[in-house]
Amino acid sequence: MPRVAVVRFPGSNCDFDTLRAAEGVGAEAYFVWHRDTDLEGADVVILPGGFSYGDYLRCGAIARFSPIMQEVQRHALAGGPVLGICNGFQILCEAHLLPGALLRNAGLTFVSKPVDVIVERTDTAFTCDYEPESRLRLPVAHGDGRFVAEPDTLRLLEAEGRVVLRYVAATERSPFQPNPNGSANHIAGICNADGNVVGIMPHPERAADRMLGLTGGSAFFTSLVTSHQDSSNSGV
Amino acid sequence: MTYRVHVRVMPRDGLLDPQGQAVEHALSALGFEEAGGVRIGRAIELDVAAESRDEAETRARRMCDTLLANPITEDYLLEVEED
Repeated sequence: MPRVAVVRFPGSNCDFDTLRAAEGVGAEAYFVWHRDTDLEGADVVILPGGFSYGDYLRCGAIARFSPIMQEVQRHALAGGPVLGICNGFQILCEAHLLPGALLRNAGLTFVSKPVDVIVERTDTAFTCDYEPESRLRLPVAHGDGRFVAEPDTLRLLEAEGRVVLRYVAATERSPFQPNPNGSANHIAGICNADGNVVGIMPHPERAADRMLGLTGGSAFFTSLVTSHQDSSNSGV
Repeated sequence: MTYRVHVRVMPRDGLLDPQGQAVEHALSALGFEEAGGVRIGRAIELDVAAESRDEAETRARRMCDTLLANPITEDYLLEVEED
């Protein structure tokens, strides 16, 4: 079973949900404090949601300089899987492990509601258990989720198929706005060029337990077990 | 020597600035219809200990590039004054 490090920053608040979701699929999940300098042999690193350092200056701007982030960087550059959820996504962008940035929602309000997304990339360590083009309903809860990037970067993300999740309308006649924050190209999540670092605004850990009503997010966690078994079997 | 550094961080031109838009609408609703092009940024002031003004500016620029501004979405202006 994979060892999953959930990094806690001052102000993280989705840390327990994330830990539970990882434990729920049998992973050996544990917390790592932002001041730590050791990932304790993690196979997978997850940066959970929340408001690290109170979102001071810019979301994720201060957290990215936490001591543990050097280890996360090393893990990522060595090809290790890293998932950033919400504030974790913002931290990964600030750390330049993912391109672009997440700015104040176009509507200026904090958006907390379920959204529909389509899984466009199913060969990552976090999405391999999804069927291609799966549509999911996942909660979002953020004030700064509007993904922006230079036009060249956006073109590259699209050309290389690096959009992992995209906001969609539930049905063609859905009355709901599919894009809750004004993200460029309706982007809800992306990955790096190697596909091992993934950042998403929706919260799969809040949709991974039948008791919570939604279960569409659970395959993010079963995927990390599946991909770990696959890489162990192939001797990597 | 200590220098007082004034940093002005602004959203990059062309990027949607919803706060600026909201304030522009509010100004217009208050009868200030002559106001336009509102953009909202951030002002940061700090003391920098340095041997010279140039050194203070170089260090402050490093601080902006590293932390104070996001090079992807923001531009900044610096002013250095002797304390």
